Amino acid sequence: MNLIELLITAACGLGAAIAIMSMAGLSVLAERKVCGALQGRLGPNRTTIPLLGDIPILGRMITRIGIFQLVADAAKFVFKEETIPGHVKKFYYHLAPIVVLIPALVPISVLPFGSLDGEPMILANVDIGMLVILAVSSLGVYGTVLAGWAANSKYPFLGGVRASAQMISYELAMGLAILPVFLWINQPGSDAALSLSSVVSFQETHWFVYLQPFTALLFLICLFAETNRAPFDMAESETDLVGGFHTEYGAFKFGMFFIGEYAHIVFGSALFVTLFLGGFNFLPMFASPWPAGVVGAVLSTLWFVVKVSGLIFFFIWIRWTLPRFRYDQVMTLGWKVLLPLSIVNLLVVMFILMAITPVNA
Amino acid sequence: MPGKSKVMERKPLTWAEKTYLPQVIGGLGVTFKNLMRKKVTMEYPEVKPPIPDRYRGQPALVKDPDGREKCVSCQLCEFVCPPKAITIQPGSIPDESDDIHVEKAPEEFEIDMLRCIYCGLCEEVCPEEAIFLQDIYSLNGLSREELKFKKAKLYEVGGIREDSHFKWKKKKEAEQKGNAAH
Repeated sequence: MNLIELLITAACGLGAAIAIMSMAGLSVLAERKVCGALQGRLGPNRTTIPLLGDIPILGRMITRIGIFQLVADAAKFVFKEETIPGHVKKFYYHLAPIVVLIPALVPISVLPFGSLDGEPMILANVDIGMLVILAVSSLGVYGTVLAGWAANSKYPFLGGVRASAQMISYELAMGLAILPVFLWINQPGSDAALSLSSVVSFQETHWFVYLQPFTALLFLICLFAETNRAPFDMAESETDLVGGFHTEYGAFKFGMFFIGEYAHIVFGSALFVTLFLGGFNFLPMFASPWPAGVVGAVLSTLWFVVKVSGLIFFFIWIRWTLPRFRYDQVMTLGWKVLLPLSIVNLLVVMFILMAITPVNA
Repeated sequence: MPGKSKVMERKPLTWAEKTYLPQVIGGLGVTFKNLMRKKVTMEYPEVKPPIPDRYRGQPALVKDPDGREKCVSCQLCEFVCPPKAITIQPGSIPDESDDIHVEKAPEEFEIDMLRCIYCGLCEEVCPEEAIFLQDIYSLNGLSREELKFKKAKLYEVGGIREDSHFKWKKKKEAEQKGNAAH
């Protein structure tokens, strides 16, 4: 690999990171707008930037949507005074936000996001894509635990402990909920392995969301738990743990946790879309109408983004509908309900596959 | 209350309810209905809330329809004011005035709006109906001095009140007719 190729790869990676960061930023805004709408309010609609906001019609429109609020929030995080409490463990305190943010940005590299001339567009088309995602995205919880521990005070610590317990409990069920999908695409004669681009190309005609609705449901529930999202936001749980693991953080470091959390949601939605909602494929039973060349690539990517946005809306919708589980309920659901159900589901899918696979030999 | 209370039977959860899913979907439906509902936010500086007639806002002095200042500086409001926000310097009406028979008028009338609690006792106690609480609810200033409203400011806010008492005018007329009416 020469230098030019290396630079191009690096630029693509940077582009993907920027894309997921801006999606995360926009979902923060979407969260506020949707939450407002669900509660009969308008949400942020005042913040404006001189000149930009003065453009006739368009300026007012984006002010009302609240785009500038996003800029204002970000500027606040950057310019706020950075206070570091005296009692924290300094090194780990500084390390934790980084450990949270990076695993949230990395796994996008193995996710196919569009199609160029029938070939999936992906930063790294590896056979072990799903494995990479499971391995890297679980690292995020180390940041949470580290933050809770480094803060050296009791509520963040409880938040960190809860986060790790929840992560371990739901990781199992999640892994078992993903397996049926890969069992299905790895029927005899296929070399799909754990590659996500094969999952997407397999779903050209039929989506897994109705081929395996129960698997999709199990995976979705685990996804909510893995992203520490309501009704599973045990690690934050502001009513009983002040702010949870990030209680002692402020300014830019808190901003990193915040963006990391939303990046997790964006990536989780993208993963669900890829695994169960056909990725960038148009609609089930319809051939994808993407024309050849760059136009098709852009259209398919946009369609993928539309699907992901829909799922992000669902995440937000759930958050402002359901109350938070109690900690013991989270554990009961994870170990006593989801784990056995996902094992049963795996077995059922195995038997179905046995029944429908033609036996040769 | 015996006989009035109704004991509700607590039914065991059905299988569907135990899965929690129908409830989740129902909840999502409820919130979605709210999403479609008209927003209740009132965008304040542009849209003002309706103020009821008897609203107790900023107190102000009023003049009668002839433009005569109604306050006779009896100082009842100053006396009754619970937070002692009102300070009056009584003065006399100049001899050349048409209203010399009223005898007194405030030389200075000051309401410290930082003290005022908008109780409306001044309005209630005033025998001349000279002070009224307005519908003004948003007051601000850059200094404490600025928020001590003087007489000129109070009249500017209060303006003329359209009533038909004309107490002092009638008194003068009666005097001129030699109390014939009484």
